[in-house]
Amino acid sequence: MITVLFAHPYPDRSRANSRLLKAISDLDQLEIRSLYERYPTFDIDVEAEQTALRVSHTIVWQHPMYWYSVPGLLKHWFDKVLVRGFAYGEGGVHLLGKRCLWVTTTGGDLTAFTSGGLHAHSFSSFVPAIEQTARFCGMEWLAPIIVHGAHKISDAALDNHALNYRNLLQSLGR
Amino acid sequence: MGEGSLVVDNLVYLTAAVICVPIAARLKLGSVLGYLAAGCIIGPFGLDLTKDPQATLHFAEFGVVLMLFVIGLELDIKHLMKLRRPIFRGGTVQMLACSIPLFVFFFVIRLPWEAALVASIALGLSSTAVAMQTMAERKLANTGLGKTGFALLLFQDIAAIPLIAVVPMMASAEVSGDSGWLVAGKALAAVVLVVLIGRFLTRPLLRIVAQTGLREIFMGFTLLLVLGIALLMAASGVSMALGAFLAGVLLASSEYRHALETDIQPFKGLLMGLFFIAVGMSIDFGLLIEQPLVVLGLLGAFSFIKLGMLRWIAGPLEIPAKQRWLFAALLAQGGEFAFVVFGVARTASVLPAPWDGLLTLTVALSMALTPVWLIAHDRFLTKRNENQRDADTIEDDSASVIIAGFGRFGQIVGRLLLASGVKATVLDHDPDQIDLLRKFGFRVYYGDATRLDLLHAAGAAKAKVFVLAIDDPDTSVALVDTLLEAFPGLKIVARARNVPHYYELRNRGVDIVERETFESALVVGRAALSALGVGKYEANERANRFRRMNIGMLERMLPHMADEKRRVEMAKNAMNELERQFAHDMRTLSEHGDLSWHNPTYSRD
Ligand SMILES: Cc1cc2nc3c(=O)[nH]c(=O)nc-3n(C[C@H](O)[C@H](O)[C@H](O)COP(=O)(O)O)c2cc1C
Repeated sequence: MITVLFAHPYPDRSRANSRLLKAISDLDQLEIRSLYERYPTFDIDVEAEQTALRVSHTIVWQHPMYWYSVPGLLKHWFDKVLVRGFAYGEGGVHLLGKRCLWVTTTGGDLTAFTSGGLHAHSFSSFVPAIEQTARFCGMEWLAPIIVHGAHKISDAALDNHALNYRNLLQSLGR
Repeated sequence: MGEGSLVVDNLVYLTAAVICVPIAARLKLGSVLGYLAAGCIIGPFGLDLTKDPQATLHFAEFGVVLMLFVIGLELDIKHLMKLRRPIFRGGTVQMLACSIPLFVFFFVIRLPWEAALVASIALGLSSTAVAMQTMAERKLANTGLGKTGFALLLFQDIAAIPLIAVVPMMASAEVSGDSGWLVAGKALAAVVLVVLIGRFLTRPLLRIVAQTGLREIFMGFTLLLVLGIALLMAASGVSMALGAFLAGVLLASSEYRHALETDIQPFKGLLMGLFFIAVGMSIDFGLLIEQPLVVLGLLGAFSFIKLGMLRWIAGPLEIPAKQRWLFAALLAQGGEFAFVVFGVARTASVLPAPWDGLLTLTVALSMALTPVWLIAHDRFLTKRNENQRDADTIEDDSASVIIAGFGRFGQIVGRLLLASGVKATVLDHDPDQIDLLRKFGFRVYYGDATRLDLLHAAGAAKAKVFVLAIDDPDTSVALVDTLLEAFPGLKIVARARNVPHYYELRNRGVDIVERETFESALVVGRAALSALGVGKYEANERANRFRRMNIGMLERMLPHMADEKRRVEMAKNAMNELERQFAHDMRTLSEHGDLSWHNPTYSRD
């Protein structure tokens, strides 16, 4: 089972993420959990989330990049769901050895993520916090799928990313 | 006594009390002394305005009966079991310590030994009425002194039973009446009967009566219950007060406890007052004038012995050092049982002629002396330790949350609290609810929550939060007025039926007011929006924004609520404002929405 934790506060106004999501939504053995739809008031059902994680071999975090990080609800999800005794610490073995795939879209394009660009750093400097979250829980960190310039990118290029995403999950599902 | 004289008598009592008690209270002498003085003034040796002090005294004993009932209500069986040791050990010690020296004294002044024995035991008893009233006035009930004092008084009430039963048997002359065994048997049977009635019959009966919803019938039934039990006990030779106490204890753990208490309270107060008046009236000043030295000698010796012995045993009885003289002063008087015992002893001719009158007078005077001892005590002994109280002896078992109204609304509040480990005290007037709730550990009290006495009884003075979940706006507002006046520190969290009710509450300064339908309507609105395809999170945002707007508008209008025209106008504007706000939302959200972030207004180059 693959669990996709999808975090977009306004999914009906998303371009990039909704396209990506659509490309994978018909896959077997895959569950999309749209966090903002499930927990619009941020009252995360921790047990339900942990149950979903327990039965999956691959966990996907998909979201637009907000402030160099994850949207608030996904951060809240980290805080509430990835707790000691479940994700780490004594007895916290439930994510051990599972694969973690990060899929994110950014407003900035590649030139923005350079030392002279709008964001002053390469994109890879913003990865460690997320990557280490997964690794701290004992998960295997897969090469992330990043879509830069999410507003400017052409439909064709976006569809290419989406196909990529689909193929990857399909191969992981087997 | 004709009907007319009954009315006149009552008029006289009330007038005397209304004049004397406030004066005594003003002078800080305590209400007991005021009542006693009123009795002296209207009695046969004063203005001689009433007919029969003995009959009045007899009637007024119901005051003592009601008082013990109320005391019983505050002590359930568990509590009573804890008091077992102080009652029996302390009671025995006190009776022996006071009666033996008194016996020696009477023997020395040449009373026949039977008379000396009866007199000394009877005088060893203290006055439950005087002592309890004074302890209540001084808020001593929950202190070490109060508890021990109460235990001793209770023991005396128990001890009085065999005493009154045995005295006739000591008579040398043959006395008509039952044998000692028969008396004891009857007493036992009566106690068993009261226990059975109290345990199995009264609660269902109270429930039925409560369901009628007629307060006066409930009150009438309560009085009937207490007086019936008292008379049953009296008929079988047991102290009426003890019977009432027993009935009280049996009802202490019932949900009607506070309603009973609040209904009995005014009667108790009035009858106690009448009792003290009657004692004042029965003071035989004639005897005092004829034989002043004998009377004063008796009074002096009696007071000296009893005060001294009480002070002496106060230490061993674990009365805190600072309260030992107070303890002695409180219990040094003779009790109302002494009147009864002397009466019985006279008819049984155990007590020879002048002595019954002399001793009765001594007891009455000693009661009048109690306030004097207390004043002396306050004068000379309290200055030093005024600020010291033994805090650890004050019990506080009241819940910190009170919920008034436990219908559909209050229940949710209560269950949330219970689920968080907070046991609330619940006030409601629906007997059907109450039974169920008690099973789940709520302290539930039946009664009209707007009554100040019930609020006190439920512990409003100690509570932190008061949840006002009553549905009827008028009742709710009346209750708020009472609460704000009587318990200004209490935090009120209120349910409002509608917007006008919201304003009523907010205008009174209640900080937290929630309209009962508002939140659920927002939830439904949110659900409708998302059913239309709006994202759940966004629907929630809209609901939140709506809530903020709406409450902001309500609060802005608060000062203008007196003015009707203004209100309408503001309501109109508020609609416009909301419309504008929504238009703004639509614009910003539909043009760029959250996507505008990638194009910050400043530019790095
Ligand atoms: C609150 C907020 C914060 C954002 N922070 C960043 C950021 O730090 N770096 C970046 O490149 N883009 C940022 N963006 C732009 C989003 O990443 C971009 O709008 C999104 O990836 C577009 O995907 P979508 O079409 O699925 O909404 C931010 C957008 C918002 C609304």
